[in-house]
Amino acid sequence: MALSSDPTRFTIADARDALAGKQISATELAQAHITALTAATALNAFITETPDRALSAAETSDARIAAGEARPLEGIPLAIKDLFCTKGVRTTAASRILDNFFPTYESTVTQNLWDAGALMLGKTNLDEFAMGSSNETSYFGPVINPWRARGRNEDLVPGGSSGGSATAIAAHLALGATGTDTGGSIRQPAAVTGIVGLKPTYGRCSRWGAVAFASSLDQAGPMTRTVRDAAIMLKVMAGHDPKDSTSVDTPVPDYEAALNTGVKGLRVGIPKEYRIDGMPEEMDALWQRGVDWLKAQGAEIVDVSLPHTKYALPAYYIVAPAEASSNLARYDGVRYGHRAAGVSDLIGLYERTRAEGFGREVRRRIMIGTYVLSAGYYDAYYLRAQKIRTLIARDFTQAFQQCDVLLTPATPSAAFGIGSKTSDPVSMYLNDVFTVTVNLAGLPGMSVPAGLSQDGLPLGLQIIGKAFDEETVLRAGRAIETAAGFNAQPQSWWRTA
Amino acid sequence: MSEAGNNSKLLNGATGKWEVVIGLEVHAQVASKAKLFSGAATAFGAAPNSQVSLIDAALPGMLPVINRFCVEQAVRTGLGLKAKINLHSVFDRKNYFYPDLPAGYQISQYKQPVVGEGEIFVDMPGGETITVGIERLHLEQDAGKSIHDQHPDYTYLDLNRAGVALMEIVSRPDLRSSEEAAAYLRKLRAILRYLGTCDGNMDEGSMRADVNVSVRRPGDPLGTRCEIKNVNSMRFVQQSVDYEARRQIDLIEAGGTIKQETRLFDSRTGETRPMRSKEEAHDYRYFPDPDLLPLTFEQAWVDELARSLPELPDEKKARFIQAGLSPYDASVLVAEKEATDYFEAMVAAGAETKAAANWLSNEYFGRLNKAGMGIGEGPISPQAAGAIVWMVIDKTISSRGAKDLTDIVWHEGGDPRAIVESRGLKQVSDESAIEAAVAAVMSANPDKCEEVKAKPKAAAWFVGQVMKSTGGKANPQTVNAILRRRLGLPEDG
Repeated sequence: MALSSDPTRFTIADARDALAGKQISATELAQAHITALTAATALNAFITETPDRALSAAETSDARIAAGEARPLEGIPLAIKDLFCTKGVRTTAASRILDNFFPTYESTVTQNLWDAGALMLGKTNLDEFAMGSSNETSYFGPVINPWRARGRNEDLVPGGSSGGSATAIAAHLALGATGTDTGGSIRQPAAVTGIVGLKPTYGRCSRWGAVAFASSLDQAGPMTRTVRDAAIMLKVMAGHDPKDSTSVDTPVPDYEAALNTGVKGLRVGIPKEYRIDGMPEEMDALWQRGVDWLKAQGAEIVDVSLPHTKYALPAYYIVAPAEASSNLARYDGVRYGHRAAGVSDLIGLYERTRAEGFGREVRRRIMIGTYVLSAGYYDAYYLRAQKIRTLIARDFTQAFQQCDVLLTPATPSAAFGIGSKTSDPVSMYLNDVFTVTVNLAGLPGMSVPAGLSQDGLPLGLQIIGKAFDEETVLRAGRAIETAAGFNAQPQSWWRTA
Repeated sequence: MSEAGNNSKLLNGATGKWEVVIGLEVHAQVASKAKLFSGAATAFGAAPNSQVSLIDAALPGMLPVINRFCVEQAVRTGLGLKAKINLHSVFDRKNYFYPDLPAGYQISQYKQPVVGEGEIFVDMPGGETITVGIERLHLEQDAGKSIHDQHPDYTYLDLNRAGVALMEIVSRPDLRSSEEAAAYLRKLRAILRYLGTCDGNMDEGSMRADVNVSVRRPGDPLGTRCEIKNVNSMRFVQQSVDYEARRQIDLIEAGGTIKQETRLFDSRTGETRPMRSKEEAHDYRYFPDPDLLPLTFEQAWVDELARSLPELPDEKKARFIQAGLSPYDASVLVAEKEATDYFEAMVAAGAETKAAANWLSNEYFGRLNKAGMGIGEGPISPQAAGAIVWMVIDKTISSRGAKDLTDIVWHEGGDPRAIVESRGLKQVSDESAIEAAVAAVMSANPDKCEEVKAKPKAAAWFVGQVMKSTGGKANPQTVNAILRRRLGLPEDG
């Protein structure tokens, strides 16, 4: 294997081998990434950087490697979405209301990563409370996509909400990152930054210690440069957690081992409802290429129908805000977080604290959520949305009687310009049209980079699997990855010396 | 119960009779060492905020995990209330903002509670037994405590109670007087204590009631109700209903109408006053808590709990009646678990059932009342009490001797058998000794002898004198028989 001389060009798998073969030390690996992210402040990918912590963990890793006690992710530098609570390290959810919050506890998912030897470079930027599809709602400012359209200097969004994590991977600031996905927040930014993003089955990874957006939809997952790296990270992140009643007690398979079994005989469903009006022709063409790639590797292509797809987005924008309006009630200025100054009455304290602490999009969703749960509206909105959710889940169950995975576009378009959709929330919400169905049904879905748009921007394809069948999703993803041979890289325009 | 109710329960107004209709929502703290959704402790009286987990304080990313023990206690309580156990129930969030509610919502059960309909039988002092329907029992979290009197400008919070498991037990509006309301609450508390699912300590806040009160003309449909919040003693339940019923009657009779509202009972003035009206009522935006799975269990598990349930007041009462107690004595004894436990310990120590009950009602309850003590605080152990009663039965001591012995044990303690020996309290049944004592009293009171011959009822005076002269040791029946023979009176019937 020919290793790059620049360790930030490694995959996780490469780094694992290089560390094991003593070709590089964990400290060198960490230092290379610290240098890269220090030079990338223009991207605004990190809210908090933790270089000292990374270097001290790298020292431990080097000692373990020397002693022959390396763990599965020993010495692998990661970026952590700032929605995961990290003990003693500021955790903001990109909100002013948690501007200065230092948890005394570690989320289960990050603890699993540290227990496996990984180290943290810092906490990545995101849409405030993970509410957004462009990373523009962050209190800490927007993240800039490392990609630019061919021949243009316009700043583009990295997608959202895990835009900081996506950017960190695409710009080679970390080997892997954690994301969370409530309606597409891993897969959509992965698609528009040209990386792999996997949202596991609901219940596969613990939600304990991850700041909640919409509890019945939130799920943590890996964001990486290769499908293999996603498999490696998921193996460590996943698992039953008694502290999360919705996490599922089912064995975690060796995902990496499943990668090389190929897709011969795999039945791949193509849902006709995902062919939506106004989708760019190039997206459609990419989808067709994906079909051809899989067919060429021996997969069987099946046309399927998911008839309730068109109701998914409205249902999602009822259920998610409803849960969010309740989940975010705890940010009241009483016990921790931002508190408005100079207020002497209780209602005033709540109103001022929350008006100052939450940004526009979060306030909008709290109000939508409060409205749809109100007496007299509950049945018309929340209850109907839940019924739609049941129908969408049933669509998938029926489709999976004819096929093993589904192949769809990941997003309706490539990355768009900063500020181009902020004034029209509905056009912003439409970015999630291919991804929200998967959250509503609780299924695993993965976005894999598959090509470039005419403007030279990355586009992704999505593979959707049966519940707890991440192995097949990864297998199909690996087949797309191999066929696509996607190796384009963004120009390093952001680098400062 | 008849719609018009019992006439004697009606209240008089200026324009005629009124019927008061009462329903209770009782919050009973589950007797559990840990909270409903966290592992934090629940001990009463701990230092403020010393029993608060990250979950109770609603830190970001914290998730509730159901405490199985609390669910088991709720199901056992449901079984004790002869209620339907729902094998599938759901936890909902009740959303409202208040500083002592850290998450901004309370986890409760709204549409699908763990326990459905049941009933309680309540014995009233007049001998009537009323049946009170239970509408539901659900599990929910308690809130913390806001403390307003520690600082002129600030409110302090104690979150020790936040997240503590409560059972909310909702009755049907089947109660028709303040006495019935208090008696219902007393009976409910007894059942909870028998089950051990709630300690029932109202002064520690382990049990409190929201009291719904309305009035109507007998036979009319239900009137508009007011809810009196957080009443924390039996006496206050009674007082608050009396005040509220009278207030509503007076208001209607003066041409006013009752506004549905939440009211507070002020125990200093004995009055209720408005807290918030229906118009200002919260919209709680209930929805199923997505952090928790529905609560489901197998019928077999419920059956197993049912089999292991202890004997409850109604069954115990029936057994006591079968053993020879009067229904009144039996219901007095089962009303408080401590009294029953005491009584049964006496019987286990050898006391005969009926004699033990008599000793309790004739000798012990009065002394306890006078001393202001509960039966658990009294100075005589049930084993000592059992020995006293046993010695009366086997004629070792007289009933008069039993009274004296009870006094001694009450004040000085000690083993009753040893006291009887050492103080010579043994009953004298030796006829010659009693003959001598009777003769002595007769010869000292010749005029009384004549009096008694004319008025045989006065013989009791002689019995008393003989008992006195023998230091209470003479067998009173023997004294009576000898006296009657000597005075030439007929034998007692």
